[in-house]
Amino acid sequence: MWAQEVVAQRAAAAVKSTLRRQVLEHSLKLGPVWLSGERSSALTTLLTKGLDDLDPYFARYLPQLVLASTVPAGVIGWMATGDLIAAGTVLITLPLIPVFMALIGWVTQARSRQRQHALAVLAHHFADVVGGLTTLKLFGRAKAQEQAVRRVTDRHRAASMGSLRIAFLSSFALELLASLSVALVAVGVGLRLVDGKLGLETALMVLILAPEAYLPLRQVGMQFHASADGVAASEEVFRVLETPLPVRGDRTDVPDLRASSLHLYDVTVRYPGRNEPVLDGFDLEVRPGEVVALTGPSGAGKSTVLAVLLGFVQPEHGVVVAGGSAADEFDPAEWRRQFAWVPQRPGLRLGTVADNVRLGRPDASDDEVRLALLTAGAADLPLDKAVGEQGQQLSGGQQRRVALARALVTNAPVLLLDEPTAGLDSSTEAEVIAGLRASGRTVLMVAHRPALIASADRTVDVAVRELVNA
Amino acid sequence: MKRAIVLDPLARPQGAVWWRLALALVLGVAAAGSAVALLATSAWLITAASAQPPVLLLMVPIVAVRAFGVGRGVFRYVERLVGHDAAYRVLGETRARITGRLEKLAPLTSQRKGDLLARLVLDVDAVLDLWLRVLLPATVAAVTAAATVALLAILLPTAGAAVAVAVLIACTVVPWLTARTAERAERNLAGARGDVAATTTEALLTAADVVAFNAIDTVLDDFSRRDARLAAAERRSAWSAGLGSALLVLCVGGASIAALVLGSTANITGAVFAVLVLTPLALADVLGGLPAAAQLAIRVRASLDRVQELVDTPSSVTEPVEPLPLPAGRDLQVRLLRAGYDGSDVLDGLNLDLPAGSRVVITGPSGSGKSTLASVLLRFLEPRGGQVLLDGVDVARLQGDQVRSVVGLLTQESHVFDTSIRENLLLAKPGASDLRLWEALYRARLGLLVESLPDGLDTMVGEHGARLSGGERQRLAFARLLLADRDVLVLDEPTEHLDEETGRALLADLFGAAGDRTVVLLTHRPELMPPHVTRQQVCLT
Repeated sequence: MWAQEVVAQRAAAAVKSTLRRQVLEHSLKLGPVWLSGERSSALTTLLTKGLDDLDPYFARYLPQLVLASTVPAGVIGWMATGDLIAAGTVLITLPLIPVFMALIGWVTQARSRQRQHALAVLAHHFADVVGGLTTLKLFGRAKAQEQAVRRVTDRHRAASMGSLRIAFLSSFALELLASLSVALVAVGVGLRLVDGKLGLETALMVLILAPEAYLPLRQVGMQFHASADGVAASEEVFRVLETPLPVRGDRTDVPDLRASSLHLYDVTVRYPGRNEPVLDGFDLEVRPGEVVALTGPSGAGKSTVLAVLLGFVQPEHGVVVAGGSAADEFDPAEWRRQFAWVPQRPGLRLGTVADNVRLGRPDASDDEVRLALLTAGAADLPLDKAVGEQGQQLSGGQQRRVALARALVTNAPVLLLDEPTAGLDSSTEAEVIAGLRASGRTVLMVAHRPALIASADRTVDVAVRELVNA
Repeated sequence: MKRAIVLDPLARPQGAVWWRLALALVLGVAAAGSAVALLATSAWLITAASAQPPVLLLMVPIVAVRAFGVGRGVFRYVERLVGHDAAYRVLGETRARITGRLEKLAPLTSQRKGDLLARLVLDVDAVLDLWLRVLLPATVAAVTAAATVALLAILLPTAGAAVAVAVLIACTVVPWLTARTAERAERNLAGARGDVAATTTEALLTAADVVAFNAIDTVLDDFSRRDARLAAAERRSAWSAGLGSALLVLCVGGASIAALVLGSTANITGAVFAVLVLTPLALADVLGGLPAAAQLAIRVRASLDRVQELVDTPSSVTEPVEPLPLPAGRDLQVRLLRAGYDGSDVLDGLNLDLPAGSRVVITGPSGSGKSTLASVLLRFLEPRGGQVLLDGVDVARLQGDQVRSVVGLLTQESHVFDTSIRENLLLAKPGASDLRLWEALYRARLGLLVESLPDGLDTMVGEHGARLSGGERQRLAFARLLLADRDVLVLDEPTEHLDEETGRALLADLFGAAGDRTVVLLTHRPELMPPHVTRQQVCLT
């Protein structure tokens, strides 16, 4: 038994480990747009707590299933050597258990989903209230929350008890069937004993063996319930893993954008859930060595242009072309080697400033990192300065400069910059602009500030489409 | 150890729930007892039958066997229902109590606030495990085992004593050993688990950067290294779980053999002998859950300890015993204010005049005390020295809720609840008419957008308002603040997460809509201020 437990737990740990890595890899490959919003927090929960729910499934349910399909046969065989009638009784009653289990399971499945849902809603409500307590307190509504939590909990408890009543029926039926069957065997044996048709030793053997024949099946039923959460989690895992990656080519001969121009032809992008396209028939040409500023009001799709170039967003129609070939013919990783990106809100990682700068080029030397920081206007940041989770311990301006250095240190021919100088004072801004121009690279940047716009060779206005008002 | 958990006031049931738990306990003992009795009566029945007495004599045990067989299932079914019902009640009550307690603590100022709260929600669920998987089953097992021992002792005292020793070991030493080994494993596990969770969160949050810089493999390798440590910790914890199960089987087997040896030398009938030998076997089922319960108890305790620690945080404000009535005037004065979090005074000797209807911009780098000042103005933080006066009355002598009915706050991350736009607004002014809601939305320049949405005011905003953009979320929070009709508006970095253009537009609208209210803007980006607003500017250093 010990060995069974240990082996099962080890198997569970190994399976979870594999799944975690696969899901993480696949969701990163599906890209940031797929991950945005609520999905990212749901995935975190799935990868941590959700997968732990698989433990009972692997450690108990599966081994039990194996036991259930082997043990009863052995037990019945043994019983048959002593008392054929008892063995026959077990043989007839045993199949009833899986049949009933399947029938009841089929009926209760929907209810048990409902219950899971009710519980999830409850936990979510509690989390939302706890997270927003400060806000509630500001409006003098926090004191009422204790009662609100109680009320919502009560309502959902009543609903979920209704489902439980039915869900527990299946194990009830199992127990009852098993008990009645054992009782049937026992009483039969007893009566035949009275008639003297059976010896005491055989009778005792049959009595001890009979429950053992039913036990594995009963436990399968019980473990099935315990592993229901795990099964739900694994369904979720496979839903993620089966989400197809966008179809991309595998050509690795990406044209060098130091020599070739980059074109966007008639690109239209629409985000799910919004009626209006964010970009509508957008055209753009960026020649090697050019500094191009994208201007236009908020929401006009400036950042979307960068996202299209990086392959984060698939245009509804239209095409990105480099050196006569469409971007989607190339292997996405190879394609992205041509670009270095500074997002509006950079995602910095736990580690040091140098670790963060090296994200795209792990082999960059300390001098190269220092030079990049200098060009980004962050010469004052020590390489070994700690960067907390999500860039904590750095100010917003420092984070942006580290992100800029991170882009500069890769030797990518094209820099895609989303408001690179926001949060910098004007003298630092001037330094940064001078540094960018001196690097001689092609730059496509989203710009609001006049100084930044003035530094560009060319300005492209991404016009906002009129909101159709009925 | 288990007692320590029960006494934990957080997980303690309310009066009426105790009865439900007691009922669940009785039903559980009845179910487990039925299983033992089923085996005992069957053993007796068969041995007695072998002596071939008249069938009539066997009728009672036959009925008993059937009754116990049915009883086991029925009792178990009802027990599970009653137990779940009671545990959910306890959980609801615990959640409510924690909400009540956290209300007094809000706002939590720890750096890891989000992390703490997310963890809290999971940790509180441990209350369910505590009752359903630790306390109820353990008590049921102990009571049933004791009753079984008593029955055996009546039949043959020496056998009873032998089985009692085995049961005692199974109920004390085995869980204790399991718990001890589990405790060490669990400590490693918790650390490794937290590490993997943090890495996962980070990887998903920085997904765009990671993908854009082709660093997926680097990140995955780092993840795998941490994950391998977690898997190793999980493997080690499997040993402790297995150890408990194995010891338990030894105990029960030992009890049966002891009963066999003792019974064979005693002067008893064959039927009693069969009962003596077979009944201890039924204990395997009864006691089987104990090691798992002991292992779980360790995890549950760690969870509840974390909750307790959070809940025990001292409140940062003391409410006055005899509060003064709210004065009529709306002039605010800050006099020689000394305040700060974590023992250091970021504000020391601050003087500030905020006459009714004035516009004040307070600037300064991060860490210069802007948010601390906002907390003091809102009565979220007790000053260490000096005063804040509202119309000449020290706000420390007013009720916190009263102060907050005058002073409102908009922060960089106002919480938007996962419900409709209407509900989010109504929490500021319950019962407000749609007309008022639309007015607030239009003043916050969100009206056109909401009108363009197919569901209008009933549009669901998603978790943390995820279906709105950053600017839209701030505007919704601002509309809510306008609706609440506070006379003093404290705006703490309202543009922090917005791009420059959106931030500039938001500030212009904030000042435009403020009317005759006092506005205190705390920011490190004063350049986004609308130029035409006359204001007093104060710089904190």
